This record gives sequence, structure tokens and C-alpha cells, in this order.
Amino acid sequence: MAVPKQNIRNFSIIAHIDHGKSTLADRMLEQTESVALRDMTAQLLDNMDLERERGITIKAHAVKLDYKAKDGENYVLNLIDTPGHVDFNYEVSRSLAACEGAVLIIDASQGIEAQTLANTYLALDHDLEIVPVINKIDLPAADPEGVARQVEDVIGLDCELAPRVSAKTGLNVDQVLERIVQDVPAPREADDSKPLRALIFDSVYDSYKGVIVYVRIMDGKIKAGDTMRMMATGAEFTVVEVGYMRATSMEPAKELTAGEVGYITASIKTVGDAQVGDTVTTAQNPASEPLPGYRKVNPMVFCGVYPADGADYENLRDALEKLRLNDASLSYEPETSGALGFGFRCGFLGLLHLEIIQERLEREYNLDLVTTIPSVVYKIHLNDGSVIEIDNPTHYPDPANIAYSEEPLVDAHIYSPQEYVGAIMDLCQDRRGVFKNMDYITPERVDIHYLLPLNEIIYDFFDVLKSRTKGYASFDYEIADYQRSDLVKLDVLLNGDTVDALSFIIHSEKAYAKARKIAEKLKENIPRQMFEIPIQIAIGGKVIARETVKAMRKDVLAKCYGGDITRKKKLLEKQKEGKKRMRHFGTVEVPQEAFMAVLKLDE
Amino acid sequence: MNKIGLYIHIPFCKSKCPYCDFYSLRTGEADCESYASAVKSSLQSWAERTDKKADTLYLGGGTPSLLGGEKISRIVLAAKESFDCDGEITVECNPSCVDGDFFKKIAAAGVNRVSLGMQSAVDSERKKLGRIADVKAVEQAINKAHLAGIENISLDLMIGIPEQNEKSLAQSLEFCASSGATHISAYILKLEEGTWFYNNAQKLNLPDEDLTADLYLQMVGFLEERGFSQYEISNFAKPGYESKHNLKYWNCEEYLGIGPAAHSFLDGKRFYYPRDIKAFEKGDEPIFDCDGGDLQEYIMLRLRLSDGLIFSEAKKRFDDFSKEEYIKKALLFERAGLVKTDENSISLTAQGFLLSNGIIEKIIY
Repeated sequence: MAVPKQNIRNFSIIAHIDHGKSTLADRMLEQTESVALRDMTAQLLDNMDLERERGITIKAHAVKLDYKAKDGENYVLNLIDTPGHVDFNYEVSRSLAACEGAVLIIDASQGIEAQTLANTYLALDHDLEIVPVINKIDLPAADPEGVARQVEDVIGLDCELAPRVSAKTGLNVDQVLERIVQDVPAPREADDSKPLRALIFDSVYDSYKGVIVYVRIMDGKIKAGDTMRMMATGAEFTVVEVGYMRATSMEPAKELTAGEVGYITASIKTVGDAQVGDTVTTAQNPASEPLPGYRKVNPMVFCGVYPADGADYENLRDALEKLRLNDASLSYEPETSGALGFGFRCGFLGLLHLEIIQERLEREYNLDLVTTIPSVVYKIHLNDGSVIEIDNPTHYPDPANIAYSEEPLVDAHIYSPQEYVGAIMDLCQDRRGVFKNMDYITPERVDIHYLLPLNEIIYDFFDVLKSRTKGYASFDYEIADYQRSDLVKLDVLLNGDTVDALSFIIHSEKAYAKARKIAEKLKENIPRQMFEIPIQIAIGGKVIARETVKAMRKDVLAKCYGGDITRKKKLLEKQKEGKKRMRHFGTVEVPQEAFMAVLKLDE
Repeated sequence: MNKIGLYIHIPFCKSKCPYCDFYSLRTGEADCESYASAVKSSLQSWAERTDKKADTLYLGGGTPSLLGGEKISRIVLAAKESFDCDGEITVECNPSCVDGDFFKKIAAAGVNRVSLGMQSAVDSERKKLGRIADVKAVEQAINKAHLAGIENISLDLMIGIPEQNEKSLAQSLEFCASSGATHISAYILKLEEGTWFYNNAQKLNLPDEDLTADLYLQMVGFLEERGFSQYEISNFAKPGYESKHNLKYWNCEEYLGIGPAAHSFLDGKRFYYPRDIKAFEKGDEPIFDCDGGDLQEYIMLRLRLSDGLIFSEAKKRFDDFSKEEYIKKALLFERAGLVKTDENSISLTAQGFLLSNGIIEKIIY
């Protein structure tokens, strides 16, 4: 049943993490009867196991809902679910660009948090109509009216009509659907007769259909048989199928027209050919200008990923290739480490992205991995005037040739109850942050604004922040400029040999403390071996910290168990197997735990 | 035809020692009489299956002496009858439950070697190990054995036991050296899963790794000085008193083990009886473990011996043996004083013995 364009509503749901985005989406699916009750599972749209477990959305998803509103008319509601983490801000912005409205969920017990604001501003940037919804009113600590006032004061959104709901129980979710119909505008200037311009807001790889491209048609229309052209990459494909995303299936359609949200398949081999943010047009009648906002996504955080067992190298390559099919923001290239053997230098959007990829490699592809310390991209200005970009400490040039170095900064906002301001400022100061300003959002809550070096927040900043504020602070950041910085490279030497995989780049002020910690950690985690092992941490040729792992004294099976030779043999075999999991540096065997320990050095 | 070693396991103890995980049952839990008969019929049935004869017999446990002189004699005579066993015949004894009569009886049956489970000559240490009698009992047992005409006597000693230090070990060593014993088996305590020691390790005041290693080296030095040559990681003997039976294990020679939890190596197969006295008495067959006697195994065992891997002997046994590969692997350890290599052999030093697991692994794999 065709629905007129003015009855289409394209919207996203935005919220701080854990404020109930996916649960509300679940209820909407149920109440519009988009999914049979027996097929319903929690976080239905988050179909990756990892998403359900972590309670976060990693990939964008979209679903078309049919809704008969209280005014008696039939509407099409296109819900575009967005990833909920700063690492994926660009994806979020493209999803928002595909919408006219956004449902903003605020937890009635927690109120406004960092991502509430960040996402709201992002939505306002895209001229979206915002529908505030106050969720979790079933909680004993809920204060819907207080939170409503907070939203009005801080964001300036009228909350008089904001539905007070419990996404968990389904209470008042029907009001949300009504508000979407009434407040979110129908697609603007949706003109089928113009040349096609479709915004790609996501793409997924399907082993049968190739890449499925999720689009919002801004102008024009597209159907099977058309030749589609990606305006950024110039790649062309023949459209095989177009259609709509339903909650549990794909529904082919004759064509997609302006204002609609749907999918296109065209035997596209990799998601890299259908990049998020790119504009699809047709070769027959190309649009003159692409839609605004496209940019190539650059990885921000890099680390080496190595198979624990060298024999798994090919499997790791296959696994990365497969993940890359679905994740254009993941980059990888082969690298060799004297310490870790053959592996890959991988680039990620951020630390969550890194963790997710690592976890998927380990779980979905059953790989045992060793990862090196994450690094950001440094700009090194050499004496000869040239500039090199370095994401791998191994490539760090001879300090004698360096004129100066620069490191990336982030513009960070931390939202917290005011009692933790001191603790937060201590933390930021400790991480070389530069205080910008502080605003009171409410008399009790503050927004602390800092410039922080990216390399200070990439591993444990958020964890430490959480623990120092009893979990009350939230954190959001944007990549800012590069800044001149006094950097050095730390090398770890075991038994006199540099372990390349443990080298990293650090601010010189922090080098000594860090070096001592690393030496201690390694000493704790490298078991005594047949020979004494000196551990040295050095900058250039200068050793700044040292420890020694004493030689092992005793490793002997003294007794012969009534001739049980097999037991001895098995022991030696087990011992040998155990050492396979060790990394060998000359004669030194280093267990993976030692790498992990250095990686997870807490401040 | 080469003669085999015969091992008979006697799975009975008065009480379980807190560090021991050998298969043993409290006496009374099983009928010694019926077990002795079961051993006898097992010996007979094995004798029908193989033409091989034995030249060593070892009754280990458990506590074989608990059976008493008469039943031990019966078992020894049955073994002699089935396997013409004539050479070294050893019985493990608990010094606190043997008398002159016992030694006379077993000597008459042909037992010519006694191994006494002393463990320590320091009474406070002995108590911690669950030894009820004081060390005088050991002295008396040695005397009684001598009187019965058994002059080849081995003492068990443990290293790395609770509260042990250089001084207390020196006391135990002095006792060993002047006791009239001909042989010392000195084992470093290993905490075996499931034992009381294993579960209570924190409370035990055990010497740490470094002290244990020092104690071991102290022992090796002392015993050498007093005429006991080290011939295996844990074994020391006056010249000519090396245990012929145990040497069969380390030479990778054949042996047949009778009784629950006893292991065998016969006709290239390693097999064992499960830890189940009922199954053994019923006549259940032993369980196949693996093929044995390959070069790797041979080297692993030989490197436990002070003589080490003797190339000419290895070559005799394994046609394709070539020493170069092993000399090369041993080089790293040689530099560290853990291994001695010359054109005839590779052997571990006392320091090397302490690290033998790692060294042997590196050399054989």
C-alpha cells in the first residue's frame, strides 16, 4: 500500500549510552507489529552478539515501520538506529543527515549526560526536529519532572509534551509514535524528477548479495537495472535490486523514490566501494553536485595485531579481510616485528573500535592475538624541513634528525556532578590537559572543557575517569589540531636486545615514571628462566630504568614414579606446548601476559 | 636375551603421608592375603605370556613391609619361580614396623636389598612428613637388616621439605653418611595435586626455590665427599651399589610392573594397571599407554644419569643417531655450566640437574 510522501517520517534515536535507545526501538517494533512476538529478542536491531552483550550499537541499522496513527492515516516511519560511541561520530552524523527528526531519549534518573548533549548538538547541526522522550520512569530514582526542567533549561527544548515512558515495560511508547508523526517533518523538497542523489548512511556485506547499501533518497529515484555511480569514488555498478529494510527481512521493491529510506544491491564486492557519506547518483542522469558532508574516515589509533601462534597468520589475514568487507574504517597492512613475527598494523577510529575488532577476531574467528601498545599519528618535523607522519614507533627516526614533533589533541567535554570537579581536573592535569573552561549545566552538574593529547586518552582514560567519579562522569571528545610536543621514544631491551613490539612514543616528562613501571611489570610477568635476564628501558642509547629477572634455580622432576615414563614425557611435551605461547627474543621467552601487562599499565 | 626388571606394587599404608600421591590404601581396607594371591596369579599369567626372565625385583609401595615377612617371602618366591629372578631383590620398608624376624624371613626368601623410607633424620621435620617414629627407628632397622645379612641398604631422603635449612639438612646428611647405608635416594619434594601438602602449601613454611636449589647442591657436594657418587638426578651410591633395578628405567630397558598403578615397558609398549585394586584382583588387563623406547625417550632418560648420553651406546641402539645435532643444542647450556660435552657424551652437571626439565626439553625437541 503506497503511502504519500507527506506521510513519511525519517528519524533517528539519539541518547547517551544506556539511556534505553535499543529498548525503545524494540518497543516501537512491537507496537507497530513490525515483528512477530515470537521472533522478538532484546536489542533486535543490534544483531551482532557483541552489540547485545555490551549493550551498545556498533553498526547503524535501519528499519521501515508501518504505523496507523490516531488521525486514522497510514504512515511510514523509517527508524535509523545510530552507533552510540564517539569513535563512530562520523557514522552518526551521516545517519542523522538521512533524517528529518530525532528522538532524544533522556534517562529520568540520570538526566543529561555527555552524549545527550553531544548528540543533540549533532542533530541540531543537521536541522533535525528533536522529539524529547523521558525514559525509565518506572525506576524508583526516576525524576521525570526534574529531568524535563533540566532539558528545558540546558537544551532549550520544550518538554511539556515530551512523552514520559518506560521503554522497558512499554508504558506510553504509543505517545512517542504519535509525537514522531506530528512533530517530525515529512521529507523536504523530495522531488522524484530531479537527478538521483542518495545518501549512503551504511553498508553491510552479505555473502549472497554482495554489499547491501543503505540509502536515503534525497532527490530522484532508482530501480533495478539502473547504472549507479558513487560520486566520491566514481565507481559504477548495475543495480540488481532495491527495496526496504524490514525488522527481520529485506523487502524488494520496484523502485525507491525521493524521501524514502531503503537498500540497493549491485554485486558490489567491498564496502570500501560504498562508503558511508558518499552520494549515489545514476550514470544516465548524474547529479551535478554531491550531497554535502562526505569525508574519508581516517583511522586515529593504530596498533600491531599479531597471531599468538605464527601459524595463524593466514587465518588472521582472512579474518581481517572479512571484517574489512563490512567495516571500511578498519585499515590494515602487513608488518613484521622482530619480536612478534608476521602480523598487521591496523588502524582504528578509536579505542572502542580497536577493542571491538580485537574481540571479534578472537571470538568469531577463534584467533589468539597479541596486540601492541596503541599509538596515535605523530607528525615529526625533520631537520631537512620534511615532515613525516608516524603511527608506529618502529619507524621513529633518529632523534638527531628531528627538529620538533607534533601530536594530535582532542577537544574534550566531561560532564559530571560538581563534587568530582577536583578529581577530574587532577586527572586531566595529569594527562597533560589544558583547561579551557567550565560551565554549570545545572547547579549540581558541570561541563568541564579540556584540550587533551589524544595519546593520553587512548587506553585507560575513560576507565580511570569512571573510577574517580564513581561512574557519574561522562565523556565526549572531538579530534582537534596538532600541537608541538616534546616526545621521546622508549625502547625495551631484554637481555640487550630491543623488543620492537614494546617500543612506544611518549611525552618526555612522563618517560622516567613510565619506564620504571614497565620495567617492574616486565619483571613481575616474565618467569625466571634458565639464564638471568636484564630488563632495560632506554631512550636512544641511554638506559633510564632497569630490572633483572633472576635465573631460575629449580625445574626438575626428581622422582621416577614407579617407572611412569609417560608422565615425564607428557610433562616435557606440555612444557614445550606452553612455550609455543611464549614469544622468543634470543634466548628469552616472554609470555603474552607480559605484553598485556605493559599494555595495561595503569597510571 | 636381555633380562627384564620386575616391579611389584604393594598398595597398603598404615596411614597416608601428607605429601604422597602414590596409590595406597589403609590396611584393613583391603585384604592383604587376597592381594598377595592376586599378585601370585598375575606373575604366573605373565610368565605364560612371555619367555623373558628377570634379574631384578623391586617391591615398592605403599608400604610393602606392612605385609609382613611371610607374605613378602611368598611373593618373592613366586616371582623367582615365574621369572627365574635371581639378581637384585629390593623391598621398601617403613623403619617403624620392621623387626629382626622380618628381615630374617625376607633374607631367607632371597631379598638382598632394603630401601628405608627415612626422608629426614631430624625428628621435627619427620613429624611434619607424617613419620611417626623418631630417627632412632631407622638406626635400629639398619642394624637389624645387617644382622639378617642384608648389607645393601638404601635410605630415602627429601629435599625442600617444611622448615628444612642448611643446618638441618647437614644433620640428615651426616646421619646418612655414617649410618652404614650404601645408597641414598634424595628427592626434591614436589607438591602433588590432591595431597594435603598441595592444599596447604601456604602454611608449610617450605624453603623457596633458591634455598631448595642450594640445599640440593649442598647435598650433592656432601655425599660426593663421603664416598657416595651421584649417578642420577636423585640417586647416590657407594661404588658398585647403584640400584640395578632403577637403572633399567633410565637405560630405557624393559620392566614389568604388577599391581594397581604399576607401570610397564615391554616389547616396545608402555602400559599400566589403573589405580584400582579390585580391578587388578579380578584380573583386568593393564591399559596401553603409548609406544616407547624411541630415541627421544632414550635421551630424555639417559640425561637423568650422571654418565649422560653416551654416543657410542646411543649409536648401538639407534642406527641413525648422530651426535652433532645434540652437541649443538647443548652448547648454550655448556657455556652456562649446566651441561658437559665431549666427543663421547653429553651430561648434565649438578646445576644442570636442577634445571633438567628445561634442558632436556631443549635437547630432545
